[in-house]
Amino acid sequence: MSTHALTRHPTPSFKAQSHAAVNNPDLRQSFGGAMDFLQAKRASQFPDPEGFAELRRLSEAVRRRCLAKLPDLLVQLETQLTANGIHVHWAETPDEANALIHGLIAARKGRLAVKGKSMVSEEIELNAYLEARGVTAIESDMGEYIVQLAGEKPSHIIMPAIHKTKADIAALFHQHIPHAPYTEDVDALIQLGRNALREHYRQADVGISGVNFAVAETGTLCLVENEGNGRMCTTLPDLHIAITGIEKVVEKLTDIVPLYAILPRSATGQAITTYFNLISAPRQPDEKDGPREVHLVLLDNGRSQAYADEQLRQTLQCIRCGACMNHCPVYRRIGGHAYGTVYPGPIGEIISPHMLGLEATRDLPTASTLCGACSDVCPVNIPIPDLLIRLRQEAARPPSDMPLHPLQGQGASYRLTTAWVWRLWAAVYGHPVGYRLFSWCATRFRRLTPRRQGGWTAHRTPLIPAAQSLHEQLQRRRPTAPAAPESHRP
Amino acid sequence: MPPIASPSRPTDVYFFGTCLLDLFLPEAGLDAITLLEREGLRVHFPQGQSCCGQPAYTSGQPAEARSVARAQLGLFPQPWPIVVPSGSCAGMMHRHWPTLFADTPDHAQAVAVAGRVVEFADFLLNVLQFARHDHGDPTQVAVHTSCSARREMGTHLASEALVEQLDNVTRVSPAREAECCGFGGAFALRHPDISGAMVSDKAAALQASGATTFVTADAGCLMNINGKLGCGTQPFAGQHLASFLLHRTGGQA
Amino acid sequence: MKTARDRILAKLRAAPVQPPVEPDVAGYYAQHTPPTTLPDRLRQFSRMMRAVHTELHYTHAHGWPTLLARIVRDKNIGSVLLAPRTPHGERAVVALSQLDTAPQLLTFDQPIEAWKDQLFNGVAAAFTGSRAGIADTGALVLWPDAEEPRSMSLVPPIHLVLFEASRLYENHYHAMTAEGWAQGLPTNSLLISGPSKTADIQQTLAYGAHGPRELVVLVLLPDDLDPATLEVQP
Repeated sequence: MSTHALTRHPTPSFKAQSHAAVNNPDLRQSFGGAMDFLQAKRASQFPDPEGFAELRRLSEAVRRRCLAKLPDLLVQLETQLTANGIHVHWAETPDEANALIHGLIAARKGRLAVKGKSMVSEEIELNAYLEARGVTAIESDMGEYIVQLAGEKPSHIIMPAIHKTKADIAALFHQHIPHAPYTEDVDALIQLGRNALREHYRQADVGISGVNFAVAETGTLCLVENEGNGRMCTTLPDLHIAITGIEKVVEKLTDIVPLYAILPRSATGQAITTYFNLISAPRQPDEKDGPREVHLVLLDNGRSQAYADEQLRQTLQCIRCGACMNHCPVYRRIGGHAYGTVYPGPIGEIISPHMLGLEATRDLPTASTLCGACSDVCPVNIPIPDLLIRLRQEAARPPSDMPLHPLQGQGASYRLTTAWVWRLWAAVYGHPVGYRLFSWCATRFRRLTPRRQGGWTAHRTPLIPAAQSLHEQLQRRRPTAPAAPESHRP
Repeated sequence: MPPIASPSRPTDVYFFGTCLLDLFLPEAGLDAITLLEREGLRVHFPQGQSCCGQPAYTSGQPAEARSVARAQLGLFPQPWPIVVPSGSCAGMMHRHWPTLFADTPDHAQAVAVAGRVVEFADFLLNVLQFARHDHGDPTQVAVHTSCSARREMGTHLASEALVEQLDNVTRVSPAREAECCGFGGAFALRHPDISGAMVSDKAAALQASGATTFVTADAGCLMNINGKLGCGTQPFAGQHLASFLLHRTGGQA
Repeated sequence: MKTARDRILAKLRAAPVQPPVEPDVAGYYAQHTPPTTLPDRLRQFSRMMRAVHTELHYTHAHGWPTLLARIVRDKNIGSVLLAPRTPHGERAVVALSQLDTAPQLLTFDQPIEAWKDQLFNGVAAAFTGSRAGIADTGALVLWPDAEEPRSMSLVPPIHLVLFEASRLYENHYHAMTAEGWAQGLPTNSLLISGPSKTADIQQTLAYGAHGPRELVVLVLLPDDLDPATLEVQP
C-alpha cells in the first residue's frame, strides 16, 4: 500500500474525540434514541431466532463461497460486464480510483456529477478530489445531501445524518437552498430537498453510484435503496460511473436473493427496500433513456491485505448493513464521527486497519468491550470480537516476531514498557508461588491500595482487595456436610 | 418429589475461583462452594490456580495469556467438571483455550480441559437441577449476565431460571437488559469515559427497574456496576448469584 | 508494466486457498416456501405493498381501463405518460380519452435528452405494465424496454402500474428462477415496492423523496376470482 493512505484520513486522537462525544448530552440522546429505534425495527423483522439463524447461515455461506473464489469471480465479472458493454477499471489505491474517475469525467467534459450513496466514494474522498478539479459532485441521498451541506462526513453508513436534528436540518436548508423557508416539518423539508435535487438530476452530466452486489454470472450491478436517488443517478446522466470494493462480487444471480433478503431487515428493519435496481448494460440503440456509458471501478484499498489472512478475510464477508453499529454500546455513546474513519463502529474497527494501517488506527480495535452485540446481529456472521482480538495482537506484536505477510502498521502499539508489564503479570499469575506471594501482599497491605486508580475511579469506588483471598480462606475451611435430599423443594 | 439426579450428576467437581473473585470477592467464591457442597458434591479447589489468562488474551498478548493458562492446565487431572463462578472466565477457558493453544504441544490437553469447563449457573441448573425452598421475603430482582457468558455460553437463561424458580422472587427486566455494562477488562482503563458512560447507564437502568438488588454470575461486571453504584447515594447494590441463592435458600446446610 | 488489475489479482491469488463450500440456496427456498394458492399470495402481496403506502386496486381484464380512467379523474391527473404501442397502453389511451376532461396523453417517443425538462416538470403520472410480482415481501418486477423506458417509473410524481396477478410468485427466488432471469436481464430491471421514501431526517418516514410520491397498482385478477374474497382475512 502506498503511504498516502495514512494521511488521507488522519485519525485525530480517538481518545480525544470519544471523550468529547461521550460528554455531549445532545449527541448521547440523539444516538441513543436512534439506536433504540433501529434495534426495535430490526428485532421486528426477526421474531424467530431460528429463522434468523438459518437465513444468516445461508447468507454467510454465500459470502464465504464468493470470497473463496474471489479472483476468479472478479475476472468473470469483468468478462461478463465487458460483454454487456460496461467498462471495467481496477484501482489499487484511492488515488488511482480518483484519477480514473476524474479521467472518465474529464474525457466527457463533465461538470456536474450527482452521486448516489457510496461509502467507497467516501473512502477515497472523491468529492474533494473532483471539486479541486472543477467538477461539482452533489450528494443526492437525502442524508448524504444534508451532511454535505453541513460540510461534514456521514456518522453512520446507512443513515449518514443520524446525528442531525430536525432543527439542524431546517437551518441548513434555509441557509443553503435558495428561497427555502425555515421549517421543521419533515415532509416539508423532504420536499425542499426533493425539489433542489431534482434540478441537479435534470442538469447533471455524470452519475456516480456505489454497488451493493456485483453479479459475476450475468454482469449485473445491484443497488439497494429507498429514495430513488440511486436510480436517478444511474438513469438520467449520460455517463454512469459505479465504484465498489473488490469484495462485493457474488457468483450467481441467485446469490443475491438471500443477501438482499437479510440486508434491509438487518439495516433498517424493512422486509424489502423501495427499489432494488439491477443494471446490466448501458443504453441500447433502441432505448430512449439510461446512460450511454457505464463504468465500474473496482477498488482494492487494503482489501487484499485482509484477504491474505484466512481469519481476517472474514472481514470481507460484510454487506454493509450497519447492524453492528446500531447495536454497539460504544457507538451508541460516541456516535460515528468520534471514530475518525469513514466506516465507524464495529465494522470500522475491523476494516479500517486494512485501509489505513494499524499505525493510524491502533486505538480502534481497543474501542470495544468485546461484548459481541455486533456479531450477534451480523447478517453474515462475522466473528467481530475474535477479529478485534486478532488485530489487538497484531498491533501489539513485538518487532522480534514479524510474520511473512505483514499487516500495514503491525506492531504499532508495541511498547517495551507495556510488554514488560504483561511479562511481569505472566510471571506472577503463571507461577503458583509468585501468585501466592502477590495475593498475600495485596491482601495484607490492602490499606495501602491507592484510592485513585486511573480511569477506574473516575466513575467508580476504588478496588480494594479482601482481607484474605479465596485461596487462603479455603486452606482453613472444612467442607460443609452434604445436604439431606429432603431439603429439596417438593 | 425431589428431582431425580441426572445420570451425569458427578460426585466431585473442581472449582476454578478466578482471579477477581479470589482477590476481591472471596465470599462469593465461598458461597458458590457451599451451594455445591449442599447439593452433595465434593468440591476440589486446586491451590495452584490463579487466572484463566483472559486479561492478556483480550489485550492482544497471546504469549502471556498462554503462559498463565498453561499453568492451570495441569491442575485438573481427574475427569470431573470444572465449575467456574464467572461467565466470562468460563467462556475464555471453554471457548478460547483450544484456540490459544492451537499448534502447541499442549493443544490436546487444553481441548480436554476446556471441554470440562462449565459455568456455575449452568451447572447448578442443568446438571444439579437446583431447586430449593425460598426462605426470603417477597422481593424483585434483576439479573445481569456478562456479555461473553451470554454470547459464548448462553448462560443468561440459566441465571434467569435459577432466580425465577425462587417462590418469593420476581425477576424484573431493566431497560436494555442485554447491553454491556462497560467493563470489558482493560477497556475500562483504556477508555474510561466510554466505560464510565456505559456503567452509569447500566447502574441507572438497574436502579430504575424496580428491583431491590441485582445478581450476576460474573465478577467483572459485579465489581464494575457496584463500583459505580458505590459512588451514588442510594443503598442499591448487586451481589453474586451464588451468594443470593445461598442466602435465599437457607444459608449453610 | 504490471497494471493495477494484475497486481490486485496477483495478491488475491497468492492468498491461502479455502476450498469453496457450496451453499444450498435452492434447498433453502424449497424448504422455506410452503405451497400457497393465488389468493394466499395476493393477500400477502397486498398486505406488504399497502404497508409501504402502495395504493392497490383489484380489477379484471375487462374492467381495468375504466378503473384506470376513474383513478386518473379522481386524482385530477392532468397528463399521463404511456406507451400506446403496448396492448395495455392502447386500451389505456381509449379509456383515458373518453374522460370528460381527458388528461394530456404523452408518449416516450424520443430520447430523454430531447425532452428532459418536460419529463421533469410537465408529466403528472406515468402508466406502465409490469413483468411479475413477489408475494412474501411485496414487490413488483419491472422490466423497462424501448416502449416503456426506465424513467417512466421514476420521474413522474405518480406511477400507475398494471399487474397481472397470474404472474405473482411466492418469493424473489421463485420469480428469478421460474422466469430464467439469469439467462437474459434487460439493461435495467427493478423491484419496486412502494413510493419513494426516506427516513433520513430524525428517523421520520417521509414519502416522495426523489421519485414517485404515489405508486398505484391495478391488480388484474383472473375472471373467476372475486376481489371481495381477498379483502377479508380468512
